Amino acid sequence: MSREHLHTLVALVENRPGVLNRIVSKVRQRGFNIESLAVGHSEEPGLSRMTFVVDASLVDTEQMVKQVEKLIDVVHIEDITNKERDMLARELLMVKVKCKAETRSELLNLVNVYRASVIDITPTSMIIEASGDTDKLDSLVELLGDFGVIETCRTGQIAMLRGPERVGPDAGHQHVLLPHLAGGRAPGGLF
Amino acid sequence: MKLNGAQIVFECMRREGVRHVFGYPGGSNLPLYDTFIQYPDIQHILVRHEQSAAHAADAYARVSEDVGVCFATSGPGATNLVTGIANAFMDSIPLVCITGSVVTTLIGRDGFQEADITGISLPVTKHNQLVLKVEDLAQALKEAFHIARTGRPGPVLIDIPRDVQQQVCEFEYPDSVHLRGYQLPPPPDPALARKAAALIAEAQKPLILAGHGVIISKAYAELKELAETCQIPVITTLLGISGFPGTHDLCMGMPGMHGMYWNNMAISETDLIIACGMRFDDRVTGRLKDFAPNAKIIHIDIDAAEIGKNVRPAVAIHADLKPALAAINAEVKPKDHPEWKAWIKAMRDEHPSIALPETDTLLPQYVVSRLYEITGGDAYVCTGVGQHQMWAAQYFWYDKPNSWVTSGGLGTMGFEIPGALGMQVAKPHDTVWTICGDGGFQMTSQELAVFVEHKLPVKFAILNNGYLGMVKQWQQMFYKDNKSAVRMHQPDFVKLAEAYGMKALRVTDKAGVDAGIREAMAHDGPVLVEFVVDEDENCFPMVPPGASLQETVDQPPVLVRDKEVTGTR
Ligand SMILES: Cc1ncc(C[n+]2csc(CCOP(=O)(O)OP(=O)(O)O)c2C)c(N)n1
Ligand SMILES: [Mg+2]
Repeated sequence: MSREHLHTLVALVENRPGVLNRIVSKVRQRGFNIESLAVGHSEEPGLSRMTFVVDASLVDTEQMVKQVEKLIDVVHIEDITNKERDMLARELLMVKVKCKAETRSELLNLVNVYRASVIDITPTSMIIEASGDTDKLDSLVELLGDFGVIETCRTGQIAMLRGPERVGPDAGHQHVLLPHLAGGRAPGGLF
Repeated sequence: MKLNGAQIVFECMRREGVRHVFGYPGGSNLPLYDTFIQYPDIQHILVRHEQSAAHAADAYARVSEDVGVCFATSGPGATNLVTGIANAFMDSIPLVCITGSVVTTLIGRDGFQEADITGISLPVTKHNQLVLKVEDLAQALKEAFHIARTGRPGPVLIDIPRDVQQQVCEFEYPDSVHLRGYQLPPPPDPALARKAAALIAEAQKPLILAGHGVIISKAYAELKELAETCQIPVITTLLGISGFPGTHDLCMGMPGMHGMYWNNMAISETDLIIACGMRFDDRVTGRLKDFAPNAKIIHIDIDAAEIGKNVRPAVAIHADLKPALAAINAEVKPKDHPEWKAWIKAMRDEHPSIALPETDTLLPQYVVSRLYEITGGDAYVCTGVGQHQMWAAQYFWYDKPNSWVTSGGLGTMGFEIPGALGMQVAKPHDTVWTICGDGGFQMTSQELAVFVEHKLPVKFAILNNGYLGMVKQWQQMFYKDNKSAVRMHQPDFVKLAEAYGMKALRVTDKAGVDAGIREAMAHDGPVLVEFVVDEDENCFPMVPPGASLQETVDQPPVLVRDKEVTGTR
């Protein structure tokens, strides 16, 4: 699959029951197909960070950002593709491959070249862990195919922009202070 | 102050100014119902089906310009609300729907009358929440009212397990909400207002498309000022009707599928559309790629997601409409467009879309136009969905701001009866007419009992064409006249109303129309008037589904009529 149309959207969401359902439901209902989705904690307690990869040739990413942003539990969402600063994207992969005495060294060689590691080994199998961008992992999986793949799992992509700034409501995003919050927090100072 | 969950709900409602609740009791909201007696300032109106509770609260919210509240029990009570919630969601109506839920220990265990209503209502609510601890209830309700009524309004559902309604905690009403994921739109950007004004100054053939946002934002005066200062004709979408005076020189009526021919042509000709709180619905635009081919668009909407969703604007103002229009008004200079207005007038003279044909039969449009004449337009009007709805939009001039209530986005048949209920409760001293379809009427007619019970003097006008008329029209035009499942056995509507204790009369010919309307108006209780109208009449102009506005059919094609029509309508 060509990767040039892939966009990465990062969302910061309230870590409340049902929030994943809300977001996924919205994405489904509006027909935004997603290639991958990764969810985990963020630097802010109570906020989860979600990373969506979508094919922008199929999905109007601007609409997706705006629609998801409407959810009350979504504090921030942003398309971080094609920004001035480079995006660093990583994914974690675990593959269980068949392995015999004769193929072991060849496999270890591959593991080295890909800066991967072996985390489990038996007389007939090996689990390899690797991280990197999606292209790198795709090519590793392809090469391992020759040895006989038993099982593969991938986390889906996570991503950050280079530089000291964080992705969040204060980065290139207009916010107003609600009247009832006046005197409390400063505009944009949500973190 | 220590209160139980049910009392907390009422304390919150009282602080939010709630005066009326439309609802229906059941096992899971009994503690709430047990509490009404302690809060006599909050009146309960018992509907006969929960769908009506949501519709009545919806129409109540529209005309009272505040949040509508409805109650239902768990399971079937809650699922019965869903159509009404979806209706409010599509039309951006602020509702707070409070459902009782099974006790917390039964949640997720298929308890009796358990339905996952927060899951079910997710796509049709602005927000919803299952409250599992009584300590969280006041905050949840505060947020519910805040979310429902601010920004682009919408329905919020709060699901409260029965045991949470009974648990006791210290009550304190929060004075603020902390929703970091919920931002109200910024004030209008003056630079964008200047840009908009520059486009308006340049335009030779401008149009205003005024939507529901005008009414929600109460931007009546600002809209009128802009239209008059720059002499820009105003087209009102189905939900924009009564946002701009219907008899104003610059008012052009409705666009789109059953819009005025001249409007659809003007949209195809215009060089600038000023879209005010409207969302370029497919019923407005026709085939999107051919919509307004020569126009630049200024799009003002409170919902950022509406901007760029269907059309690409030249200037996008993400803001509340009222201040946005005020900002534009501050920048524009008086202007006139005599040639453009003459062009529209010529189009109008050539295609008088809503001129009434001379017939001996009783035409439904004739009934609507007599209703207008006799009420002098001084009425709140509700409708169902179908042909009668379109005629009610076409043949009545709504001068009174926010006097027109209809199910727009969802197109929910049956809205005509509970809608009128909510309107009359909100406006007890005003005249409410509801123009009903014979089909839609049968979807919610059980509510007639409520009007009699509460002496609500709503005037019902059934335009009985003996058909699911709008569907029949499509079958005639697009399915080779194969009328399938559109002819119904009817009850005797007069007897039906009388069975509920309501006054009722039937009008079968043109000559009886005025007297029927007058008799209904003279009666101080609810009255049903059944108008037995020409069943062959269809609704025009019409843009065939999938066609462009340029392809608007002004006159009924002869093939769809049983008898040939000649002359102009
Ligand atoms: C709940 C619901 N079911 C079905 C429809 C589809 N529908 C749209 S108009 C219409 C016919 C309405 O008939 P009636 O109420 O008699 O009004 P008329 O068109 O005859 O004026 C139908 C079935 C709908 N809009 N709503
Ligand atoms: Mg009918």
